Amino acid sequence: MSAHASHAPKRSGLWDWLTTVDHKKIAILYLIAGGIFFLAGGFEALLIRLQLMYPESSVVGAKTFNELITMHGTTMIFLAAMPIIFALMNAVVPLQIGARDVAFPFVNSLGFWLFFFGGVLLNTSWFLGGAPDAGWTSYTTLALNQFSGHGVDFYVLGLQIAGLGTLIGGINFLVTIINMRAPGMTFMRMPMFTWASFVTSGLILFAFPAITVGLVLLMFDRLFGGNFFNPDAGGNVVIWEHIFWIFGHPEVYILILPAFGVISEVISTFARKRLFGYSSMVFATALIGFLGFMVWAHHMFTTGLGAIANTLFGLATMLIAVPTGIKIFNWLLTMWGGQIRFTTANLWAVGFIPTFTIGGMTGVMLAIPPADYQYHDSYFVVAHFHYVIVGGLVFGLFSGLYYWWPKMFGKLLNETLGKWNFWTFFIGFHLTFFPQHFLGLMGMPRRVFTYLKDQNLDLGNFISTIGAFGMTIGTILFVVNIFVTAASSKRAPADPWDGRSLEWAIPSPPPEYNFAQTPLVRGLDAFWIEKVAGNKGMTPAEPLGDIHMPSPSFLPFLMSVGLFIAGYGFMYHNYVVVVIGLLVTFACMFTRSVKDDPGYHIHEDEIEEKGVKA
Amino acid sequence: MKGWQQFWRQLSLFGLLALALTGCGKDELSTLKPSGPVAAMQYDLMKLSSAIMIGVFIVVMLIFTYVLIRYRKRPGQQGIPKQVEGNHALEILWTVIPFLLLIVMAVPTVTTGFELHKSYSKEEALQVKVTAHQFWWEFEYPDLGVSTAQDLVIPVGKKVQFTVTSADVMHAFWIPALGGKIDTNPGQENKIWLQADKTGTFYGKCAELCGASHALMDFKVEVMDQAAFDSWTNGMKGIQSAEPAVATSASAAQGQEIFNKSCLGCHAVAGKGGKMGPNLTNFADRERVAGILAHTPENVAEWLKDPQKVKPGNNMPNLNLDDTQVKALVDYLQTLSVK
Ligand code: HEM
Ligand SMILES: [Cu+2]
Repeated sequence: MSAHASHAPKRSGLWDWLTTVDHKKIAILYLIAGGIFFLAGGFEALLIRLQLMYPESSVVGAKTFNELITMHGTTMIFLAAMPIIFALMNAVVPLQIGARDVAFPFVNSLGFWLFFFGGVLLNTSWFLGGAPDAGWTSYTTLALNQFSGHGVDFYVLGLQIAGLGTLIGGINFLVTIINMRAPGMTFMRMPMFTWASFVTSGLILFAFPAITVGLVLLMFDRLFGGNFFNPDAGGNVVIWEHIFWIFGHPEVYILILPAFGVISEVISTFARKRLFGYSSMVFATALIGFLGFMVWAHHMFTTGLGAIANTLFGLATMLIAVPTGIKIFNWLLTMWGGQIRFTTANLWAVGFIPTFTIGGMTGVMLAIPPADYQYHDSYFVVAHFHYVIVGGLVFGLFSGLYYWWPKMFGKLLNETLGKWNFWTFFIGFHLTFFPQHFLGLMGMPRRVFTYLKDQNLDLGNFISTIGAFGMTIGTILFVVNIFVTAASSKRAPADPWDGRSLEWAIPSPPPEYNFAQTPLVRGLDAFWIEKVAGNKGMTPAEPLGDIHMPSPSFLPFLMSVGLFIAGYGFMYHNYVVVVIGLLVTFACMFTRSVKDDPGYHIHEDEIEEKGVKA
Repeated sequence: MKGWQQFWRQLSLFGLLALALTGCGKDELSTLKPSGPVAAMQYDLMKLSSAIMIGVFIVVMLIFTYVLIRYRKRPGQQGIPKQVEGNHALEILWTVIPFLLLIVMAVPTVTTGFELHKSYSKEEALQVKVTAHQFWWEFEYPDLGVSTAQDLVIPVGKKVQFTVTSADVMHAFWIPALGGKIDTNPGQENKIWLQADKTGTFYGKCAELCGASHALMDFKVEVMDQAAFDSWTNGMKGIQSAEPAVATSASAAQGQEIFNKSCLGCHAVAGKGGKMGPNLTNFADRERVAGILAHTPENVAEWLKDPQKVKPGNNMPNLNLDDTQVKALVDYLQTLSVK
């Protein structure tokens, strides 16, 4: 102990952000980067919809259109949705379990920088000869050299780097939640958002290796003349589909479970009631996670797997409706008998319920293989997955952001702007995607850059594009809200919403060390229990003492830059660059391994007393 | 609350939207207007499942609306609501009911699933081999010794057993009004059977992203009565076994000459020529040019002048023809008929 440095290394400005290992700052980094990618993906979506506003129009060409849908899908899933989820997890999970930090702060920062540089690499394709154009699913053989351009190489390498970041991020949260819970915080007392993060991290642990393997195989085919997926040389195209969806299906649950978690927190806080059927919610979450792995082939009903496989996978998929239904009814009953306040955060949560229900309904319809032969790869599917991903996940993320913004930044987002943000986005969303169900049923395949005049598809497409403008306005209002809030000088109190879980027991934003003294947890909704008992704050579980903190480090950034450089080397077959890049990464790893870094201590007398009192 | 007014206004808007949109699906294209037993079975399942699901949705929305109106926080409200842990009876109820609903859907799912996967022999069904290409369709009738492209010709009221594959990338074979789709995988064969109960022309689509002109990879299905189909078959056979017909007009004869020199490498006519591009034996009988343009001499000319402009990324080169050559070729192509 005595050997440890005893001063916080002083860092400021940009250097502080590049080297931080504080999970709360990493949360903000994830939010900024994910937000920027969200805007990019949204801009791509708007171009797609503009092209489809009228039949046979030529706003963008056929090839550009395919690049746009590929980048839109890939960006939204991997570079916008996942990071914003990680932003919320980083901001909230350690606080909710009463921890001072995540289990591996260094790895946490590495996870962020890997994601960031993977995303940047993928997006530079726009300026280096064209973006990937084989769809976010990159089905072979379309994604092989003979049929698609250099862009797919960016997809293959960018996603490998970003995926590594996601994988280690997930592992970090698994360990954090298992090991870092405050005394008394048993598994069955964990807030639902933490539970959801836990199951999601578990899914990441099992799903991401699958896509990594797939991408490596595809990389061998594309860069080194392999033949895994080339049918002319004995390769098999269906194997890619299996590998992709063994990752891809759990991925959609990786996305939606945290949103379920947010909704559970927000609904119960703003109804001032404990979550109805908490244990069945936990059970449902775990069950959805498990079933998520069992049903990947429902993306492949038309691949030709045969009647038996299709039927079994179809029935297994339908089963997911049961735990999902449990959740919906439990949310409704949580509000039953409550005192519901319609803050912006709660509007998003409440708007989530009917929207996500529709997405779930069409999900069950898709699970019927014979009917899916009609829906598959049509606009019906586009409508379905946007109801789930946007109406579920994005609504959930907005809800979570309005809810936790004060905790993350110490300021409350503007409610008036927030409500405008909600209504424009909500109405725009339904206008955009509801008609697409019918477009699909009326015979419009997905991923088409145009449609002909004489097919009665004009009206639906037109309405859909108008809706996209509504969502755009909503998104702009959110950005405006961020700036308005940042400019205002009003500070948020520690507990602006009359919250129930531990994060509301400490100041907004929390000090570096989160809890001055680790709290003692006495039940579900730990902070609420204390408030109802008339206590001012949590009872501490330990005496006030020095707090050990990890040192900031520039290595995670450098390590990721190394892989970033090596990525270009691989793509352009320049092995000198590959070696240089990998050397940077390995040098960082070596330094990290041999250099003794014991962190530092924050002394007892430096701890702000406004934290938790004994 | 103002928000709620907006909500209801929006909901009724959807209702109208739904009606408007369903009303105007195109008969030849829409899955909602099935024209054969396969599409009809699928439509039944779609109706059954959406009815059940809309029922569930209504229940959810009733509780939802009631809760939001009844339990919103009122000014001056005192005290803390009762903290309810849960209710086992209720939780079991909404676990069991969905299960039962799923069983209602599962039964026809299984039976229809196996029905659609039957494979019919050549005694029971007309056999057609489909090969998808970027961005056109090839149809072969192995038992009749006939092959065509872009326009699929089938008899009414008879099962057709398709064996599908691809020559390049993955595509998907889809005739919405006749039935669901099946992927065409390179290096593999898939099977699907369909049947049309009405004569007429139906629209077929490629449903799997397959490159730049995926959106334009359309085809047509000509459904004829058995007699017309037989005479079509005979026409095709007659031409294919004979020497290419000699063109009639001077311009057409000139066109034929150009064709034999520049086009026959890729396109077959009357049993002679390459298989890189669509077989043009019955070109003049086609419903569309390149699967998408109305079949007019102007559009044929437009295609010949710059195929890349019509279908970006397709595999036909620009032959740099001058206007008289184009005119001659158009005249020649108009003579290629079996009807
Ligand atoms: C501004 C709102 C959005 C609009 C207007 C929009 C619109 C579209 C459109 C028109 C397509 C192409 C459909 C096709 O032809 O296949 C598409 C595809 C897709 N979108 Fe969105 N989208 C939006 C937001 C999102 C979000 C937030 C996500 C995920 C978090 C998302 C995920 C996807 C995915 C995964 C695809 C499939 C891409 C592919 O087929 O390769 N979208 N979107
Ligand atoms: Cu195709």
